[in-house]
Amino acid sequence: MGIPYVGSAFWELWEAGWPAAILRGASVTLAIGLCSICLGIVIGTIGGLVKWARLFPFTLAIDGYTTLIRGVPELLVIYLLFFSSAEFVSQVTAAFGYGGADDSAYGFVVGTVAIGVISGAYSVEVVRGALVAVPRGHIEAGRALGLSRGRIFRRIIAPQMLRLAVPGMNNIWQSTMKDTALISVVGLQELMRISSIGAGSTRQPLLFYAVAAVVYLGITIVSQIVFGVIERILNKSNRAG
Amino acid sequence: MELIQLSMPLLLSGLLLTLKISIFAVVIGFFIGLGLAIARISGSFMLAAFSQGYSSVFRGTPLMVQLFLFYYGLGQLSFIRDSALAWWVIGDGVRCAILVLALNSAAYTSEILRGGFMSVPKGALEAARACGMSKWLQFRRIEFPIAMRQALPAYGNEVILTLKGSSLASTIAVLEITGHAKRLMSQTFAVIEVFAMAGAIYLFINVVMIVLLRLTERSLMRHMAA
Repeated sequence: MGIPYVGSAFWELWEAGWPAAILRGASVTLAIGLCSICLGIVIGTIGGLVKWARLFPFTLAIDGYTTLIRGVPELLVIYLLFFSSAEFVSQVTAAFGYGGADDSAYGFVVGTVAIGVISGAYSVEVVRGALVAVPRGHIEAGRALGLSRGRIFRRIIAPQMLRLAVPGMNNIWQSTMKDTALISVVGLQELMRISSIGAGSTRQPLLFYAVAAVVYLGITIVSQIVFGVIERILNKSNRAG
Repeated sequence: MELIQLSMPLLLSGLLLTLKISIFAVVIGFFIGLGLAIARISGSFMLAAFSQGYSSVFRGTPLMVQLFLFYYGLGQLSFIRDSALAWWVIGDGVRCAILVLALNSAAYTSEILRGGFMSVPKGALEAARACGMSKWLQFRRIEFPIAMRQALPAYGNEVILTLKGSSLASTIAVLEITGHAKRLMSQTFAVIEVFAMAGAIYLFINVVMIVLLRLTERSLMRHMAA
């Protein structure tokens, strides 16, 4: 039979500490996901506001940025950031007389920046769409009441924009989570990389990648539930009483 | 400029492989996705549940995990290695990438087509039954064209995503554009230049895809022109 003896092999793996390693990798994956979605939200908010306010020269730059990132594969963006800064880091450390760079923190930073930049490009469109979707009647009512522009933005536009942006951000979070698997190519010890190492050293790729798939699926399902709750809370006041 | 002379031929040879992988994956994925969408909207509970489960699994896990699972994981099983057809597909990097990309694209395509099918107005279906059309004729003449027209923009997006997904084949030793770009980056250290060239090629393919899609949309919407 070609099917591996999962039963007896499982306890050997447990003793060797692989489940703990997988959990560690999953936590690194979640950490990268959270940090890079924060970066993406910052980039997206700034870009979305600029595009919505139509500040001319900047909208061109932002359009160029989003077109580039949306058209080029994520892997290429990761390679760009990894190879261009690996050289920088090794030059700096060589100048100071140290041997190698600090691998784990370095891979984390490069990965976060890369995925953050990618998710930022998609976030720009989500934020802009959310700003445009705020009902015009509300803004006109604010102006009729004599509210200043700043106040209209702070009290009327921004809260509604946050609520309208949540479904789009849900999608971006899902794809950010899946993009974190790509950072394994630069050697960062997140879930995908640990599964690869485990698969290679124990010669059980089917088991390890299946487990990785299940963990990612679990993260996806939990995220869906969390976003469903967030959407329900934010939309509570919108439902007909 | 020797850099351009050195790298462009390599990147363009990668382009052929990228197009081959993407086109096969899109076409195969479309038919599988169509089958899954039909299964989803059919009355049968088992078919609908299978389609939904398939969709959740393939959309909920990273493409890279799916690729490694098929390429390394299935290669571990001896009955796969012994079967000639299975090994012909799984053993080769390019064909395995096409298979996995097609299966992945099918999951997203089935969701898009399902949305298209659900947007077909019930009145049109009732009229078709009233005219005496069989279910197959009704599907072929009414449901499918309307669903495709509705789904085309979203499907175009999915085609571009499949194109970007083909770059993951470089992780299983396929020398398409990204594979060549990675080698050139690490050999020449001219990272930004190589990225610019490879990125330009991808953006060019994107533009071609988008133009083709607009033309298709225009030809399908001809009946709506004023």
